[in-house]
Amino acid sequence: QRTFSKIVYDTELQRCRPEAALVEFGDYHPLKPIMVTDTKTRHGARKGSTSSSSSSSSSVAPDPLSSMLDGTDPLSMFAAASVIEAPAMSHSRKEKEEEAVGPDFETWSSKRGEILARFTTTEKLSINLFMGSDRGKAPSPGSSAVSEKVRTRLEELDDLEEGSQKELLNLSQQEYANRIEELNQSLKEAWASDQKVKALKIVIQCSKLLSDTSVIQFYPSKFVLITDILDTFGRLVYDRIWTMCSDPRPLTDSFTVEDVNDTAKETCLNWFFKIASIRELLPRLYVEAAILKCNRFLNKCGIPETLPRLTAMIRGIGDPLVAAYARAYLCRVGMEVAPHLKDSLNRNFFDLLGTFRQVSSDSVQNQLVLQRVEVPEYLTLYSPAVNWILQCIAYRAPEDYVICAEIWVEFTCRHFSKREVNTVLADVIKHMTPDRAFEDAYPQLQSVIRKILTYFHDFSLLFSMERFLPFLDMFQKDSVRVEVCRSIMDIFIRHQEEPSRDPVILNAMLHICKTMHDSVNALTLEDEKRSLALLIIGFIRMVSFGRDFEQQLSFCVEARATFCNLESVLVQLIHTVNQLAMETSRVMRGNHSRKTAAFVRACAAYSFITIPSLSSIFSRLSLYLLSGQVALANQCLSQADAFLKAAVSLLPEVPRSISVEGKLRSSESFLMDFINNFLATLLVVPDHPEHGVLYLVRGLLNMVQDYTWEDNSDAKVRVYISALPLLAAMSQETYLYSIPKVDSNETLYGGDPKFLSEINKLSETLIGQILDHLKALGRDEVRQQPLAFSLFGVLLAHGDLRNNKLSQLAVNLWNLSHKYGHCETRVSVRTLECMKHQAQQADMTHLSDTVQRLALQSRT
Amino acid sequence: MSVTLDIRLKRANKVYHEGESVAGVVLLVCKEALQHHGVALTMEGLVNLQLSSKSVGVFEAFYNSVKPIQLISSNVEVAKAGKIPAGKTEIPFEFPLSTKGNKVLYETYHGVFVNIQYTLRCDMKRPLLAKDLSRNCEFIVHCQPQKAKVVPTPVHFTITPATLQNARERSLLPKFLVKGHLDATSCVISQPLTGELVVESSEVPVKSIELQLVRVETCGCAEGYARDATEIQNIQIAEGDVCHGLPIPIYMVFPRLFTSPTLETTNFKVEFEVNVVIVLHDDHLITENFPLKLSRV
Repeated sequence: QRTFSKIVYDTELQRCRPEAALVEFGDYHPLKPIMVTDTKTRHGARKGSTSSSSSSSSSVAPDPLSSMLDGTDPLSMFAAASVIEAPAMSHSRKEKEEEAVGPDFETWSSKRGEILARFTTTEKLSINLFMGSDRGKAPSPGSSAVSEKVRTRLEELDDLEEGSQKELLNLSQQEYANRIEELNQSLKEAWASDQKVKALKIVIQCSKLLSDTSVIQFYPSKFVLITDILDTFGRLVYDRIWTMCSDPRPLTDSFTVEDVNDTAKETCLNWFFKIASIRELLPRLYVEAAILKCNRFLNKCGIPETLPRLTAMIRGIGDPLVAAYARAYLCRVGMEVAPHLKDSLNRNFFDLLGTFRQVSSDSVQNQLVLQRVEVPEYLTLYSPAVNWILQCIAYRAPEDYVICAEIWVEFTCRHFSKREVNTVLADVIKHMTPDRAFEDAYPQLQSVIRKILTYFHDFSLLFSMERFLPFLDMFQKDSVRVEVCRSIMDIFIRHQEEPSRDPVILNAMLHICKTMHDSVNALTLEDEKRSLALLIIGFIRMVSFGRDFEQQLSFCVEARATFCNLESVLVQLIHTVNQLAMETSRVMRGNHSRKTAAFVRACAAYSFITIPSLSSIFSRLSLYLLSGQVALANQCLSQADAFLKAAVSLLPEVPRSISVEGKLRSSESFLMDFINNFLATLLVVPDHPEHGVLYLVRGLLNMVQDYTWEDNSDAKVRVYISALPLLAAMSQETYLYSIPKVDSNETLYGGDPKFLSEINKLSETLIGQILDHLKALGRDEVRQQPLAFSLFGVLLAHGDLRNNKLSQLAVNLWNLSHKYGHCETRVSVRTLECMKHQAQQADMTHLSDTVQRLALQSRT
Repeated sequence: MSVTLDIRLKRANKVYHEGESVAGVVLLVCKEALQHHGVALTMEGLVNLQLSSKSVGVFEAFYNSVKPIQLISSNVEVAKAGKIPAGKTEIPFEFPLSTKGNKVLYETYHGVFVNIQYTLRCDMKRPLLAKDLSRNCEFIVHCQPQKAKVVPTPVHFTITPATLQNARERSLLPKFLVKGHLDATSCVISQPLTGELVVESSEVPVKSIELQLVRVETCGCAEGYARDATEIQNIQIAEGDVCHGLPIPIYMVFPRLFTSPTLETTNFKVEFEVNVVIVLHDDHLITENFPLKLSRV
C-alpha cells in the first residue's frame, strides 16, 4: 500500500518535469549568459549542466547562505534589471514594506552562528536516512496491478536511492555537521541534474531527523543545520518557478499572480500536491513551510491562508521541544514572506505557551532521565526558538508591543523591584523610539506611568530608575507631556510625606515642574495656570534643605528663574524666603550673628527684587508689607524701610477697580484693608534718622490724600479716622506691642514733647479734615451719620475726654449721628452701657459727665 | 538520423471537460528532412477493470469476461504521407471531447482495480527499415460539476474503549477519550478534508494519529461482484504524546488522479472512505471509519 503512495510522488514529478523544458530563451534574453544551462531534455543524457547559483555555492565560499545572497545570484540580478527596465511596475512603498523585513530586523543568519557555538555536545550522534523506507515491505495488493510503465519508473527511482539508504552512527558533532553539509550539496547536485524526486527525498529525510531528540542538548544546533537545507530547497524551488516565468520578460520583485504563466502555476501546484501527500507530519510541515513563498505564484491569499493552517498543524507534534522549533521555523519563513501577518506569529506564541505544560509530561521527563539532562539545562534549549519567535512578534509591532508592555509593567511593579521595572522601561523605550512609534501610543504609555505611580510612592526610588526620565521624554506632544507631569506631581504631593533635599528627587521634580511651567503660554487658560501653579507650589513646599538655609535660598533663586511665568509660584517663593528668614531668626533665638544677619538681608533682597515682577498690585502691596515686617523682625531696619516705602509709593498706582474671579469690582475695600494693616505695622517702625518725624505715616497719609478715590466715597476720611488710633498709640509712653531687639519710636524719642506735639498737630489736622468732610456732606445724613459715629467711637476709645474741647466734640458728634435716627439704637445703647461701665474705673470718672450729656433718642 | 515526436497540449494542466476541445500540436524535430507514410492521431478513453487475485478463484467464470469499456475513441490523420522538412515542425490538432450516444465521460481515475484513462496517441508510419514512431500522451478529464448543491454537515465522533466494535477484551484496553469532528463527509474533491480532533485523555501515551484515505472499488456484472478496499494514502496528523485537550487539525488534500468523484455504474463502483487511526504507545491500533462522498462542483 505504501509503495503505491510513492508512485503518487513519482507520477506527479514526472509530469512536472517536461514542462520545465518548454521554456525557451530567445537570444535577446538578459538572463541568457547565466541561465543557458537550464535547457533540459526529458530523456537522454543530462548535459552536464549546473545552474549558476549552485556552481557559485560549490566554490570556496564557506557559508552557502551568504554565497546565495551575493551579487551573482540571478534573483538580485532580476531585481536590479527590473528597476532599470520597468520602473512603472514598481509597487507602492507601503506594499513593499509589507512584503519584506527591513534592515532593522535581526536576521536568522546573524543568530545561527551563535546557536551552533552555544549548543554543543561531546556525545556521539547518528543520522538515520531511510531513503527507501517503503521498500522490502510486503507488496500491497495494488502493486501487482501497477502498470508496467509505472513499475519501471519506480525501479529507476530505487536505483537512484541506492547507497543513500544508510544509518550513520557514532558521529562527532563536526562529523555530523559535515554529513549534513554533504546532504546539502547532494540536494543541490540532485536538483541541478534534474533529479527532483531525489531532491525532495533528501529534504524529507532531513526534516525527519528533526523528530529525533536523542542527544537533546544538540537539538538547537541540529535545527540550524537542517533548516539550512530546507532553506536551500525552498530557494531552489522558488527560483525554478521564477525562471519559468521569464518569458517574455523576467518577473519583477513585486509580481502578481496574473504575471505567472500556466506552466509555472501548474509546476508550482504539483509541488504543493506532492508535499500534501507526504506521510509523516514533521517532514510535511517543514517542507511545505520551506516553499511557503511559492504560494505567491498561485494566488494572493495563499500565504495568509497557509500560515494559520501550518501553525495549527504544529499542535500535532507531541514533543514540546520539537514543536517549539517547528514554530520558530514557521515564524522564520513567515517573516521572510509576510512580516505583516502578525496573527500567525502570535498564534504560534500562544500555542507555545498553551502546550508548555507538556514539558512536565512523563514522556519528556523520562527522556530527560534517560539522557541525564537536568530540567534547567533542558529549558535553556528552548531559548533560541522562543527568542526568535518573540523577535518576530516584536518586529515593528509597537502597537501590540505596547499593549503587552502596559500589562507587563504592572506585573513587574507588583512583584519585582525597581531594577526590573527599569528594565521594562528601557525595553519600552527601545521599542517605541524608532520611527517615533511612541506618537501612536500615548494612552498606553500614560497608562504605564500611571501603573508605576500606583506602586511606587517613594520618589527617591522612582527617580533612581535610570530610564524613568528618558521614558518621560517620549511624551513629546505638549498636552500629553503636561498631563503626565501633572499626574506625577499629583502623586508626589499626595504621597511625599516629608520635605526632601534628595538631589535626585529635586532635579527630577524640577525638570517635571519646568515642563509644566514651560507649557504655559499666552493662550493658557487662567484655570489651567492656577492648577499648574498649585502643583508647582506643592513641590516647592516639599523642598527643605533642613539647616542648610543658604542652599534653600539658592534653590529659591533657581526656582524663581525657572517658574517666572507663574505669578502665584513667585508669590510662594517670596513666602518661602520670608519663612526662611524667620526660621533663621528662630534658630538664632533672635540674635543674628554677622553671618546670619547677612543671610537674612539676602533674603530681604530676594524678596525686594522679586516683588516688582508681580503684576497683581495687591500681591505686591501685601508682600511689601509682609516682607517689611519680616525684615523688621530680623532687625534689618533699612530693608524694612525700603519695603514700606515701596508699598507707600505703589499706592497711587492702585486702580479703582480690580478683577476678582473674572468680575470687575471696586478695589476700595481691599485698599482700606491694606492701609489699616499697614497702619498697625507703622506703630513699631522706628523713624529713619535722616528723614523727619513720622516720615512714613505722613507719606502714607499724603498718598491717601492725593489718591483719586471714587466719587462720593468716604474712604479717604475713613482712613483718616483709622489713622487716629495709630497716632494715639504712638503717643503712649509704652507701646502696645513691639518687636524684640528693635527700638520703636517710644525708645527713640523717649516721650520727647516735640515728638508728641508733632503727633498732636497731625491729629488735629486729621480731625479738621474729617470735620470738614462731615460738614461738606451737609444733609446727606446717610453718609454723614456713620462717619460721625465712628469718629465718636475713636475719640471715646483713644481720646482724652477730660479735655473739654474734645469732650464737647464727642458730644456734638454723638448728637450729629443721632440727629435723624438713622443710627442703630442697639449699638447706641450698648455704647452708653460700656461708657457707664468704664466710668466706674478709677481715672475714668469724667466719662460719667460725658455720658450724662449723651441723649439717646427714643424711638417713636 | 534522429527524430523526436511529441504531443504538446495547449493547456498546461491538461485538464479538459466534456464538450470542450482537446487542442495542441504534434511536434516533430529532425535534423534532416524526413520521409514518412502518414501521421495519425488517436484519442481514446478507456475503463480498465481488473479483479484482485483473491477474487479470481471465486469468479473464475467471469474473470475473462472483464473487458475494457471504451468511453470515447476517434482517429484523425494529421499528415498525409510525404516529407517533413528538417528542423522543428508543429502540426496543430483539435479533437472535440464529446461522446456518441448516451455514454458518459467518467472522470480520470487511477486506481488498483479500476482505471479510467484518456490518452492521445500519435503514430508515424515510416518506410521500410525505419521503425514506426509512436507517442502517448495522457490527458485528464474532469466530469461536469454536479448540479446538486453540497451542504457540508459536520460529523462528530467520540472514541473510547466502549465505542470499539471488535475489541475482544474491553477491560484490558487502556482508557482513552478522543473527541472530534469532520467538517463534512460529503466532500468537494478540489477542497481538503478538514476537521478537528482532541485527545481528551489517554492512559497510554499516543504514538501517532493518522488519516488513512481508502478507495473501495467494486467490479461486477450480473454474475456477481468483487469488492476491494485499498489504501490511497496515509497522512500523519499527530506524532508522539500530544497535548491533551488541545484541538489538532484534521486536514488532508485529496490527491489528484487517485481520487475522483464517487462513481457508481452498472459495471463498477468507485467509493472512498477515510479512517482516523490512533496508534498508542503499546501499539494498540484504534480505527474509526468514515465513508466519504466525493463530488466536483
